[in-house]
This record gives sequence, C-alpha cells and structure tokens, in this order.
Amino acid sequence: MTLTGWLQAVVIFAVLIACTKPLGSYMFAVFTGRRTWLTPLIAPLERALYRITGVRADDEMNWRQYALAMLGFSFVGFAYLFALLLVQGSLPLNPQHFPSLSPGLAWNTAISFLTNTNWQFYAGESTMSYLSQMAGLAWHNFVSAGVGIAIAVAVVRGFAAKGAGSLGNFWVDLTRACLYVLLPISIVAALVLTAQGVPQNLNAYRTVTTIAGGKQTIVGGPIASQEAIKELGTNGGGYVNANSASPNENPTPLTNALEIFLILLIASGLTYTYGKMVGDTRQGWAIFAAMFALFWLGFAAIYHAEASGNPLVHQLAVRGGNMEGKETRFGVAGSSLFIEATTGTSTGAVNASIDSFMPIGGLVALLNLQLGEIAPGGVGSGLYAMLEFVVLTVFIAGLMVGRTPELLGKKIERREVQLAILAILVTPIFVLIPTALAALLPAGSSTLGNAGPHGFSEILYAFSSTNANNGSAFAGLGGDRFYYIATGISMFFGRFFVAIPMLALAGSLAEKRPVAAGAGTFSTASPTFVLLLLGTILIVGALTFLPADALGPIADHYLLYAGRTF
Amino acid sequence: MTAVTVVLLGFLYPLLIMGIAHLAFPAQSSGSFVRVGGRIVGSRIIGERWTQARYFHGRPSAAGSAGYDPLSTGASNLGPDSKKLIARVVARIATLRKDNPRAPGMPPIGLLTASGSGIDPDISPSDARYQAERIAAARAIPLRRVLAVITAHTKPRTFGFLGEPRANVLALNLALDRVNGASTR
Repeated sequence: MTLTGWLQAVVIFAVLIACTKPLGSYMFAVFTGRRTWLTPLIAPLERALYRITGVRADDEMNWRQYALAMLGFSFVGFAYLFALLLVQGSLPLNPQHFPSLSPGLAWNTAISFLTNTNWQFYAGESTMSYLSQMAGLAWHNFVSAGVGIAIAVAVVRGFAAKGAGSLGNFWVDLTRACLYVLLPISIVAALVLTAQGVPQNLNAYRTVTTIAGGKQTIVGGPIASQEAIKELGTNGGGYVNANSASPNENPTPLTNALEIFLILLIASGLTYTYGKMVGDTRQGWAIFAAMFALFWLGFAAIYHAEASGNPLVHQLAVRGGNMEGKETRFGVAGSSLFIEATTGTSTGAVNASIDSFMPIGGLVALLNLQLGEIAPGGVGSGLYAMLEFVVLTVFIAGLMVGRTPELLGKKIERREVQLAILAILVTPIFVLIPTALAALLPAGSSTLGNAGPHGFSEILYAFSSTNANNGSAFAGLGGDRFYYIATGISMFFGRFFVAIPMLALAGSLAEKRPVAAGAGTFSTASPTFVLLLLGTILIVGALTFLPADALGPIADHYLLYAGRTF
Repeated sequence: MTAVTVVLLGFLYPLLIMGIAHLAFPAQSSGSFVRVGGRIVGSRIIGERWTQARYFHGRPSAAGSAGYDPLSTGASNLGPDSKKLIARVVARIATLRKDNPRAPGMPPIGLLTASGSGIDPDISPSDARYQAERIAAARAIPLRRVLAVITAHTKPRTFGFLGEPRANVLALNLALDRVNGASTR
C-alpha cells in the first residue's frame, strides 16, 4: 500500500462528504415539493409529463397502492426491454447489423436491468445495437434507479409520518427522481466523461490500419451518456464487455475518480435527506457513519490484499502487487477503491477483474454483497436495506433492556419486526439454496472458469451478486440457459421481496402516532447505536454466510498460501 | 409513463450530450483518433497488438484469441491460484527474457499480467524501461534516445495522486518513428 493510494481514496471521500449535505437538502426539497434552484427550468417539463400521462400529482397512495404502481411500471418496463431486444435486428440505429438476442438472453437481460442489477451475460460491443443501448438499457438505468429512490423516499415518509398512513405518490416520486436528480447530474457527468475521451457518437465502428501494419476496429456509440447514468444510478451494466476497465468507458484516472464518486453520491446524499425528513439530521449522519465504517474496513482489506500481491508469482522472483486483470492507469489502489465502491453499492460496474483478485479481495467484495449492499448501498435500495437493519437493531436493543423498542418515537411491534426479518431472510434463501443446487448439478458447474474452491466462489458470487442486484461477477463463469434462468429468478426475488416488505413496514409505521421521547428512550443517533447497528449487521451476515464463504474464498486463501494450484 | 420517459431519457438526453460533445469535444467524442499524415492509424485510448522488436509492446491481453480485439474486450478471469495463470506467467517470463537479453533484472509485473480490458493502451514506466535495450538494438540508436522517448511520454499521476504513472504505447511508438524513420514493415 502507498500513501498516494490512500490519499486518492481520502480525497474522493472528502469531496463526497462535502456534497452529502447540499445534495441531501436538495433531494429533501425535491421530494417534499419545495422549490429548488432548478425548479424554474424543470417544473414546466414535469407538468407537461403529468399532463401527457394523466398522472394526478396530488393523489396520495397507501403502501399497497404504492407497491402496485411500482410493480405495474416495472412489469411494463420489463416487457418493453424484452421485446426490444428480441427484435433489435430489424430496428434502426444498428450500424453493425447485430442480430436480435436469443429469448433466454433477452429474458435475463430484461430482468437484470429491471431490477437495477445489470448482470452481463451479454457482451455489449458485439451484441447490442445503439438503439438497444440508448432507448433500452440506458433508459432502464434511469428508471430502475428512479424506482429505487422512490421506494426509499416512500419508506422514509412512513417512518416520519404522524399517523397519516400515506406514503406519497409513486408516479410523482419517480418523475422527480429522474428529472430533478438523475438527469441534471448525468448531463454534467457525461460531458466530463466525453471531454476525457469517452466516445459519444452514432458512427459505425471504424477499422483502421495501424503503423505496425495490423488491423484494428475502433468501437463507437453513445457511450458517455450511458456511462454517466450507469454509475450515478448504481446500475453497472457495461456498454462494453470489459465494463469500466475498458478505456472506452473509463479512459483516465480522473474518469475513474469521477465514476467512484458518482457511484457513492446519491446513496450518501439520501442519508441526509432521511435525517431532514424525520426531522433530525443526526439520525441521517448516524446511518452515514455506519455505512462508511463498513466501507473503509472493506477498502483497507481489499487494498492490502491486492497490494501484497500473489505469492505464487513472487516465488518466480517477480515483485509487485496483483496486476492480473487490472489496468495500468488505475493500478492496485484505483482498482481496489472502485471494487469496494461498486460492491458496497448495488452498482456492479467493474474496472478490474474480481475473479483475478486475491482470495481476500474477492471475499470482501462477496461480503459486501451478502451484507445487503449497505456500504453505502444502491440509490435508494441502500437506505431502505439499512433501515431494515435499523429496525432489527432497535428490536434487539429493546430486548436487551426489556423495554418496548421505539424508533423515532414509534413503537416497533410484532408486525414491523416480522417484515424486517422477512426482508433480511430473502438474501440467504435466494443465495444459498441456488448456490447449493448449482454446485450439485452438472449444468451449474459446466461453465466454471476456474477449478477448486475458486470455482465454487464463482457460483456463490453469481448468486450473491444477482440476489443483491449488484451485477458484478467472478466473470470466469460462463452464461448458459441454466444461469440465465437461475440468476434471473434470484434477481427478481432480491429486488421485490426486499422492497415490498419494506413498503409494508413503512405503511405500518405510517399509521402510528409518535410519542415523546422519555428518559429511557434509546437514541438512534448515538455512537452506541452506530456500534450496535454495525454489530447486528456483521453478526447476521456472518452467521448466514460464513460457512459458505469458508468453502470458497477462505479455503482458497489458505490453499494459495500453502502453495496449492488448481 | 414508459413511452414519454423513453423519448426523454432514451433519446433526447443522449442526443443532447452528443450535440454538445460534437461542438465542444469533437476529437474525444468521435473516438480520439490518432492520425499520421492525414491517415487514421489508431485511437489514443485503445491499445493495440505490437509484435515487432523495434516497437514498445503493450501488456498481455485476454481480449479475443490473439489479444487486443476491441470487439471482445475482457480479462483472463483466472484466479490467483490457477495453474493456467501461473503457467502463462512462467511462459511470459521466458519469452521476455529471450526477447530482451540485455534488459536489467526480472520483467516487471505489468508485462507478465493480462490487463482488465485486454485493450489497455498504457504501460508503466518500468514496463517501458525493460524494453529499452531491445528497441535501441533493433533500431541501431543509442539507448539514451529511447530512454528520452520514455521520459518525454511518461504521464505522472493526475494532480499528483490520482491513478498511476503511465506511458501510452502508441504515443511512444510514434515518437520512436520520429526519432529514426517510420516502420519499414
């Protein structure tokens, strides 16, 4: 590890902290209908959109209506992308004349983008037309992120409501998330990216003769506009197969820093928005502190593992960190930070091959997914996943002291705890069972890229990643019909079977009237609470996943250092 | 809602960026092409395969069967304890030592490991330095002229702390050709 490597991480984090309060306040204003400095510009567009679509912005929804609207919109979006991919071969904006996708791949990709996962069984540069990229994938990048923000805002409204029972209007939240938050930041970011060299055109690929006399094909496309929302919306589906490792998506150290910043930006800002909405910004900072404590622990572990390098390579008298699967311009530090950011959120964009990381580097990435992506989490989904742990922690704290647990003055009772536990249980069920099945069935192990415990890690990572809607991979694992279907199911349950219980929990809290805090109330803004929250997260995660992880990356680590190869 | 947002976010947004980029950053947005005598010979951001002794070589690549295929980008995805990976590293060490008999010490890690994209356009300063003697001999020029090319084209970390120091392989090789004549093929 080097001082400059740490400095890079610290400076990006400092900029992030500086943006958390302004962005959080801005999003608070947007989602509570207050005026912002962009209102004069965007409000006419917003009103026009409501007029065309017939949305009545004043209609309030209870949690069931909100969840139904969200599911309906998601289903239409899924059907639209599925259809688009099935017929892209006969549609315009396809200068490379790519054929339509097979139904299995189209199904997997459509679910993948619907759920904000963006698992890549497709290789963008040789599969997707410009139309599919722009109007299909990039559009999903916006709205799946918008849906995530909307759900988070609705959940927070439930926590903050004073007995009202309403969670807001899904269509308004979605529209505002896209128009006021995602679009303006994406425009600025896309322009910086293209200024740094990310292509943004509709030209056909160009084949040139190099000075050494060889032939080279140079890829084009609307890449910058897609790259910006891919990172900002914590989507992660690459324009090209190599994702953000490709210089087409991430050409300089500056774009690398910008992309890491974008990945973390909205999740950080939303913690402040949460604080403002519940009327106590310390509540938001407490969650921010817990999220970034995990983030820094993870970064330190990955960076240490990668900088130490591969002992089997060192035996050949070669020095240096682990550079297999990493780009020269990012090095070990820039790759470690990116991978911590992308797996601590639901992004899954990668600027290096996680499959080729040291076992401990891969283990941290895997744990980030298994803990539910809360360091600091996907746009919206990070906050509501963290809130499910907050409810659980308050409950456990209540049991310890023998009092009825309270959160923000509301009693946490049987129904709330059941719903939070339900949301937490989805992860192990839809990760561990499919992993076990895949390890047993020939179909599950026939496409592995590595043997031994590392091969098992590939399977475990695939289901941890799809269930957590991340989309990064131990990419040696190949795609076939078994994985198209199995990971598709895992993505679906990972998204909706967390989001719906959380909306139900919020609906239940929304109907409760808060009571004044008494002398015995446990403060959820105190350092003690942050520590207890971290303890709960780690214990739940460890109890659930350590046995499986022991068979994968942990075994891999010990065997590697014992000199075994596979 | 789907149709309206597709028009706005799926078409108008990318076209807006395209319009501004076309005016403000025409070179970057169209692919950062590098021209020699008016002819496009590559892209500043995309690595290519170099095999001749007189040119700097890039890092090993897992993109496509021959490497450096921009239509098949990606990494080897081999785990650190993969037999295949270690065998490849051993083979690369042997080839590099054969091709660079006068190079100082063992090959640097960058020349022994495949990049993440398979089209990494850069090498580290030590990757470049390792190849300097070979290039000087192949071109029959003094070593110091090759070293001067490396120094001139090494980019430091951005702002002193972002990323790693690096040299663009295409820029290095174009500079070499300027030192002593274009490729004779």
